[in-house]
Order: sequence, then C-alpha cells, then structure tokens
Amino acid sequence: MPGTYIPINYLPILIILFVTTLIGLGPLLIGIIIRPKRPYPQKLTPYESGNPPIGEPRQRFSVRYYIIAMLFVVFDVEAVFLYPWAVAYGKLGLYGFVEMMIFIFILLVGYVYAWKKGALEWE
Amino acid sequence: MLPQIFFAYFAVVITVLSILVITRKNPVHSVIWMLVLFVHIAALYIFLNAEFLAAIQIIVYAGAILVLFLFVIMLLNLKKEEQERKFHGYWPLGVLAGTFFIVFFILILSKISVFPKLGPYSIQAIQSEGSIMTIGKVLYTDYILPFEIASIVLLVAIIGAVVLAKKRIE
Repeated sequence: MPGTYIPINYLPILIILFVTTLIGLGPLLIGIIIRPKRPYPQKLTPYESGNPPIGEPRQRFSVRYYIIAMLFVVFDVEAVFLYPWAVAYGKLGLYGFVEMMIFIFILLVGYVYAWKKGALEWE
Repeated sequence: MLPQIFFAYFAVVITVLSILVITRKNPVHSVIWMLVLFVHIAALYIFLNAEFLAAIQIIVYAGAILVLFLFVIMLLNLKKEEQERKFHGYWPLGVLAGTFFIVFFILILSKISVFPKLGPYSIQAIQSEGSIMTIGKVLYTDYILPFEIASIVLLVAIIGAVVLAKKRIE
C-alpha cells in the first residue's frame, strides 16, 4: 500500500543529495552575503577579451541539433526497454528474443529512414 | 508517520514547482525548475517502491527530454515582442484544456479506493525478486502488445522529427 513503505536503502542517496546541494549552493550563498556590491555599467558588461561586446549572446540554433536530440531521445527509450529485457532474458527464452527483435526491427526502419533522408549528415 | 511527512513534502514541493514552471517569464528558468520537478517526481516513485521507474525518470526525463526542451527553446529563441505576440491569446484554449483535465482527474479520483485489494506484486514480492526482474517478466509477457506499440510510437517520433526538420533545412 502506498504511504507505508520507507525506502531505507536510499538514505545514503538522500544524504549525498543534501551534501552536493550544500556544496553547490553554499559557496554561492556565502559569496552573495559577504561580497561587496558596487556595480557600474562597465563592470556589468560581458567580458569579451577587452573589446566592447558585439551582438546578442543567444543565437538561434540550427534545426539539425533538434533532429540529433530527437533521435537520441528515441534510442534512449529503446535502451530503457532493452534493460529489463536483458535482466529477465533467462526467464523469457526464445519468445522474448523474437519480440525484442520485432521491436528493434521497427526502430531500425526509423533509423534507416532518417539515414536515407540525410538527417544524420551535418552539411 | 514518517512516510506521510515525506509524501507531504513531495506533494507540496511538486505543486509549487509545477506552478513555478508555468509562471516564469524566461523559458530557460522554466526548464530548470522542471528539472528540479522531475527529480522530486523520481523520489516519489522510490517511495512507491518503483525503483526502476525512478531511475528512468532521471535518465530519460531529466536527462534527455529536458535537453530536447532546451533545444526547442534555443531553436525558437524569440525576442520579447515576438514572444508576446505569438504566445499570448491562447488562454481560452488553456481554460478549456484545464477544465477538461480537472473533470478527468475528478473522475479518476472517484474510482480510487483508499484501501485497495492487494495484487500479486506486493512490496515483499518485488523486493525478493528485484524491481527490474519483475518489470521484465510482466512487460514482455502480459503486456507484449503495448510494448510493440511503443516501438511504433517511437518510429512515428523519428519520422515526424525528420519530416519537420528537413523542410526547414531545404
């Protein structure tokens, strides 16, 4: 029943999370508290090796990054499905093998499609 | 008492983070709050004895999906005025969708009983065997059709991304 189970094995992870958060945020907070704050326009401009800054720092990315990211997510999810399959493989036998081959084949069709369409090429 | 305290913490923090995600002006800030939100949801999964799901929540959602969100933000990278012109004026649609989901969740909540009958996969059964082993045994035998449908959905995602992005490149 939910609400009665305490995952005691995860206590070290909780402690590590606390410690890492402290290490990450602590120096920043100490810095904010103790540093002197005397800003003026020259100090607040982005540092570009002494030159006055040119243009916007954030520019539009090429859409190619999006295709690569999308393909990464898809094959990431495929790997997620492979993991419990590999663990339970001994109990699934040939049946499990065949169904995973069908799964991989369907995704292979998508991979070949992306390849043939030139989505993996950068030029 | 301790599980209730933890659940109360996660419930409150998840709600607050969700509100933060949808109210930030800067979309990159929204994504960063969403990262914290996903980590909290993963912790909630651990408390439901769904360790594998918690790991996947971190790897896929916090790792991959958020990177995709960031890419989309960078792809758009709209100026302030354009943002206001393009993304305001959707609120009647938003209210409609919100009402729909409230009704939807009320219908779901009315079906949930507080003390449900326990299934074969109790905490002890899962822990004796391992969370991943249990998922593997059930997913690839009883839920084979949803599993194969998942591959079709992923295929649609690949083809959709390629078709949409190729039009931009050419």
